[in-house]
Amino acid sequence: MVSVSFAFIYFLFSDVVYWVLASDASGTIRESVWKMRRWSPYAAGAGIGVLSWLAFLLSDNTLGASGSYAKTAGMIEKLFRGRKAEEKAYYQEHPPEVGWGWMLLVGLIIGGFLSAWLSNDFHVRLVPELWKQQVGTNGLLRWVTAFAGGILLGIGSRWADGCTSGHGISGTLQLVVSSWIAVLCFFAGGVVTALILF
Amino acid sequence: MLGLLMGVCFGFLLQRSGVTHYKVIMGQLTLTDWTVLKVMLSAVVTGMIGIHLLRIPGLVRLHKKSGSVGSTVIGGLIFGIGFGLLGYCPGTMAGALGQGSLDALLGGVLGMLAGTGIYAALYEPLEKRILHVGDFGKLTLPELINTGTWPVVLSMTGIIILFLLILELSGV
Repeated sequence: MVSVSFAFIYFLFSDVVYWVLASDASGTIRESVWKMRRWSPYAAGAGIGVLSWLAFLLSDNTLGASGSYAKTAGMIEKLFRGRKAEEKAYYQEHPPEVGWGWMLLVGLIIGGFLSAWLSNDFHVRLVPELWKQQVGTNGLLRWVTAFAGGILLGIGSRWADGCTSGHGISGTLQLVVSSWIAVLCFFAGGVVTALILF
Repeated sequence: MLGLLMGVCFGFLLQRSGVTHYKVIMGQLTLTDWTVLKVMLSAVVTGMIGIHLLRIPGLVRLHKKSGSVGSTVIGGLIFGIGFGLLGYCPGTMAGALGQGSLDALLGGVLGMLAGTGIYAALYEPLEKRILHVGDFGKLTLPELINTGTWPVVLSMTGIIILFLLILELSGV
């Protein structure tokens, strides 16, 4: 019974994915799927959902990103301060070591590159277009804002024990209250900030 | 390692759907482009059904995070402000780096490393005084409303699909 439901779900899923990927907005010539610049958000999202099944099933782990940045920061601190860094309570509870999650983060960068490169969407840019249009081309201002934002993301994600992947996807699908509350707060804070900025 | 492979797929899907682009994320946060939510909610529905099905034969176990008002709400809001300022989240930041967006690296990644380092330095006093205020632990939604898991999974699926339909129909 279990294998029948798995087979059913797999076929249902692959049909849905194919149908969604294949439906092209312009309805004209369809390029190779691998070169298409934008995939349907529903298909990509479903793909991420399947990825989380595999993460749970094969690696007994969850998709998440923020923790790995903390580990990297810890590893850097270890380089400079050696033993003293590891004695911090936070690093006692979250050892700054390379592991599954850290490799996931490295993979994220590679995957982003692969997708961009294959679809001709790779552009080395210092300032995003939208920012250039709405705020200005001054790279320094963008850098300062981005850096400040990054710091708050770093503090906030560890404070809340997760980010939009860890809480926003992995936690919510497990129906955990902390994750649903976290996502609400992420977006509340984000929307207010964005509306003030733009 | 398996983590690397899954990361590559994750990054690929994020970039391909457009959510590693600054304008897409900011579009979501200014409520004009709902791509981010479409991706996330599709992932949640798919993931939720699959994971809970896989729990039946005991093939997976849950990894619940505990929470509290002091940690989840405050941390979440801080995260949100950073999210709005930077225009990437920790995951999309990495994907954006891969697509060549250097502001994700120079501002984002460096900032995140600094931020997590600052947090680790402040952790002890925070842990003692704030992080456990209003603790609700690893509570799940079914536990909260005192029902079984599947009624929640099925209603959530219905609500999310309805929401996505509304988004599609309004053309955002």
